[in-house]
Amino acid sequence: MDKLLKILTENAPIDLAKVAKAAKMTEKEVAKELKALEKSGLYRGCTAILDDAAYDQEQVRALIEVRITPRREGGFNQVARRIAKFPEVSDLALVSGSYDLFLTVRGSSLKEVANFVAAKLATIDGVISTSTSFQLKKYKESGHMMEDDEEYERLKVCP
Amino acid sequence: MSGSKSVRKDRVARHIAALPPSGIRKFFDLVSTMDDVISLGIGEPDFTTPWTIRESGIYSIERGHTSYTSNLGMLSLRREICQYLARDYRLAYHPENECIVTVGVSEALDIAIRAITSPGDEIIYTSPSFVSYPAEILMAHGVPVPVATKRENNFAPDADAIERAITGKTKAILINFPCNPTGATLSGAALKRLADVVTKHDLLLITDEIYSELTYGEAHVSIATLPGMRERTIFLHGFSKAFAMTGWRIGYACAPADLIDAMKKIHQYAIMSAPTVAQEAALEALRRGGEAKAEMHASYQERRDFFVGGLNEIGLDCVLPHGAFYAFPAIKKSGLSSEEFAEKLLEKEHVAVIPGSAFGPGGEGFVRCSYATSQEELGEALKRISRFVGKIAKK
Repeated sequence: MDKLLKILTENAPIDLAKVAKAAKMTEKEVAKELKALEKSGLYRGCTAILDDAAYDQEQVRALIEVRITPRREGGFNQVARRIAKFPEVSDLALVSGSYDLFLTVRGSSLKEVANFVAAKLATIDGVISTSTSFQLKKYKESGHMMEDDEEYERLKVCP
Repeated sequence: MSGSKSVRKDRVARHIAALPPSGIRKFFDLVSTMDDVISLGIGEPDFTTPWTIRESGIYSIERGHTSYTSNLGMLSLRREICQYLARDYRLAYHPENECIVTVGVSEALDIAIRAITSPGDEIIYTSPSFVSYPAEILMAHGVPVPVATKRENNFAPDADAIERAITGKTKAILINFPCNPTGATLSGAALKRLADVVTKHDLLLITDEIYSELTYGEAHVSIATLPGMRERTIFLHGFSKAFAMTGWRIGYACAPADLIDAMKKIHQYAIMSAPTVAQEAALEALRRGGEAKAEMHASYQERRDFFVGGLNEIGLDCVLPHGAFYAFPAIKKSGLSSEEFAEKLLEKEHVAVIPGSAFGPGGEGFVRCSYATSQEELGEALKRISRFVGKIAKK
């Protein structure tokens, strides 16, 4: 199970046959297009959408707002890129508003995430402040609902 | 209940007692007793109403829109319907007096037939057809006159056969294209020929176009757009199929003002007005449901190609249906009647289809399969049907 999930979340393989059928193309054509998309940088990978709460109650996700000081040469990029390198950080974006970076950090426990913020993130040169919100419940991700609608029985036969 | 006298025997009206029970009912009862049935017997979308439409219904309740609307339906909805018909169907109707919102297209059909039928009037309808048509005509004290459509004409109406069925008592012709149960569409020469017959004999035409958004290939052309037809046509439509709104029960009729006025009379005495919440949801469907509608349409087309292709591979001859979400394969080669075929298939392989005979004359020798079910279920159904047909062939 762990092995499977690791593969699915890191870079899930694409079922070329299925994609080809849906797109009404040959597998060869799909493979070629995919290569081109990868080369152009548009296609960055494929990952499974998991309800990690259902899998592991201890799993923690933190949404962290970070204020940073832009560097003279690199602007926000230098600090952002440095933060992005940590494998604990799953998503990171520069945003407008009252803070600068918005990131998602995943960990196997509350303590692990707290440690990461205190020991690694907050101490980075250029980081002014952090504000951490722990995710309590996820409702939707990448267009997928995390809860199934209640089963609703349709008529089995009707005119 | 002591001392009660025996009740009279003729409590039910003669013409109601004489109505045949629906041929579908039997299968409904059979299917209800079985597990793991794959049902291809469902005449409705397998989608839930798009969220934006459902949310509008909720919002309507929240705002307390819980009273009647005008008899004809909310003017805002009628305006939106008429705009939609003008844009997508090239039909021009006035929202003030040429459009009525009904409880599903079923009610629209009922009041259309009742509005034009005097006792003894004959109404010609193409068959196989939706199961309600002959019953509705009989309940209006009219005489239903079926004219069969044929496989060799791709189930398009045969104007010559229709013309031969016309008598001095014929009042109207009732058609439904795209057609439940055949999936047939009506276009080109056949459409024009039928319109010619209607105008030549100065008949009325009721056209039930509930599946008109669901055509694959040629765009749908309403018969009401043909020369001389607008003034003789009652155009029926609704939201159930294209917007997956069957349970909301909202349909409508558009016709010249005198006919709508007659229909309104029946509607105001029998119904008052269609449910307000559902009318508000329907309004949202027209305003913002287009994208969801297009997605569902694409999904039906994909499944049609998959399923009809599969039927033909199995050896069940099936004309490629250009509309609705039904395949109507011929099962004559099995040597079974359509009812036997459907019963045995259900019993042996737990796949529910509807015998063509349930849809009236011309339906025998075929079964109706709805492909408004998941791709996986369709695949499994094809496997089971193939096994079933194979076993029959060996006997």
